[in-house]
Order: sequence, then structure tokens, then C-alpha cells
Amino acid sequence: MLTDAIEFFHLVRPWLGGAFCLLGAVLTVIGTAGVLRFPDFYTRLHAASITDTAGATALLIGMGLMAPGWVVVAKVAAIWVFLFLTSPTASHAIANAAHVAGLEPLIGRLGRGEVDPASGEEA
Amino acid sequence: MGYFIGLLITLVVFWYTMSGMNKPLILSLGAVSVVLTMVLSWRLKIVDKDSSPYGRIVQFLLYWVWLFVEILKANWRVIRACVKADLDINPALVKVKTVCRSDLAKTTFANSITLTPGTVTVSVEGDKLLVHALYEEDAEPGAFDEMDRRSAWASDGGGA
Repeated sequence: MLTDAIEFFHLVRPWLGGAFCLLGAVLTVIGTAGVLRFPDFYTRLHAASITDTAGATALLIGMGLMAPGWVVVAKVAAIWVFLFLTSPTASHAIANAAHVAGLEPLIGRLGRGEVDPASGEEA
Repeated sequence: MGYFIGLLITLVVFWYTMSGMNKPLILSLGAVSVVLTMVLSWRLKIVDKDSSPYGRIVQFLLYWVWLFVEILKANWRVIRACVKADLDINPALVKVKTVCRSDLAKTTFANSITLTPGTVTVSVEGDKLLVHALYEEDAEPGAFDEMDRRSAWASDGGGA
């Protein structure tokens, strides 16, 4: 029974891995579309964080499922941990640099017909 | 001393995972690099609670599981904002007060906010964080309280 389940898992493993990689690619494309569509620097940063979190996680799960051995799985897991530790630091550094340089974010509801270009005051 | 032992174990495990080889020459090269890293970090005096928090690994793992679920939930909102036909966002810049005391706890909290799609920590001053949010609803007063409490618990213990 258990050996059957393991055999079945090894049969579907490459397909499952491929599906996860495809999902990660789609999420990355969505994040890129968001970066192109959003109006100002700070909102674009939010779209990029989809690529950092969900996109990267789906891609790495897919790679782990398609890996030939446990050593590669451990390496992929290490990549995931380091990505989740370093990418917020990089995002914060970029956002902080923009804030220190005095870039004002767009504040208030945007879209839905009329655009409200209310300039943001320092909260 | 405990911090040095934690760093040593982590370095050995990490090096062995990356190499995966058992030849004597490779293993001795690994031992040399681990010892060199230990000596350099001792000389730089950077081995303390903030750089070697391995004593709290269970708490951090539990926190990470909770955070990952939050990240997936937040991802869904931002994905919808990205693919919607009409642009419909409500960006806001808010100040968040934190109960975290140590630098490690503040870093954990600020990085958790940044890691969650839809919110980015713009600056940290004392116990106040400046957060930019894609939706004002996500950054209402009290929206970050649970994350704040949990990261303080994971990093400092006890909780506030």
C-alpha cells in the first residue's frame, strides 16, 4: 500500500513539478504586469513583491519536485530561506532610499474613472 | 559561548548541505573554512543574540509558518489588483507603533511587513515604523497588531 503510494508519487512528481514551475512563471508575469501598470514608484514596489514571494516559492517548489536527489532539495530549500531573508531587506533599502531622497508617494483612491491626484503629505 | 556553538553547528550543517561530498580533502577544506569564518566573526565581535539567534529556532519556525499563510493571503489581493481591468488601488502612508524592544525583534517585524505583498516598511525610527500600503484598508490602526505581537514573541519571548 505504502510502496504503491510512493510509486504513484514518483510517477506524478515530474508533472506536478512542471505544473508548479508553470504557476510560478504565471505569477512572475502577473507581478511584471503590475510593475508596468501601477502609477508610481511605491505602488510598483508592491507588485514586484509578488515575484519575490509567491512566484519564487512556486518556482522553487516545482524545482524541488523535479530534483534528482535529497541534496538538491536541501539546496533549493536553502535558496528559499535566503531569498525570504534578503528580499525584504533589499525592498526596504530601495523604499528607504526613495523616502530619504524626498520622493512623495501618490495617496488616495486611484482609478475607477476619475483620477484623484491628491499629493501625499508626510504622515 | 552558546552563540558560538550555534554558529558552529549552523556553519557545519550548511557547508555539508552545499557540498554533499565525503572525500577527506574536501572535508578538511570545509573544516578550514568553517574555522576561518568563526575566527573572523569573533574578531569582528559580531557573534551575539542578533547575529546568532539559534536558541529561538522553534519560535521562529512557528512564526514563519504563520507568516507564510499571511503572505499567501496578501498575495491574492495584490494579484487581483494587478490583473483587474480597471486600476483600483488606494495607496496610503501610515505610521505604526511597535511593541518590539530589541533590534532583532524590530527587524523581524519590519521585514515581515515588507515581505507581505501590499505593504512596505519605508523607514524605522525608534519604535515607530513608516509603512506604505497599496490599500488603505490593509493599514488601518491595529491591522499590524497581531504581526507585531507575534514577532516580539518569536524574537524576545514572553510577548507584550
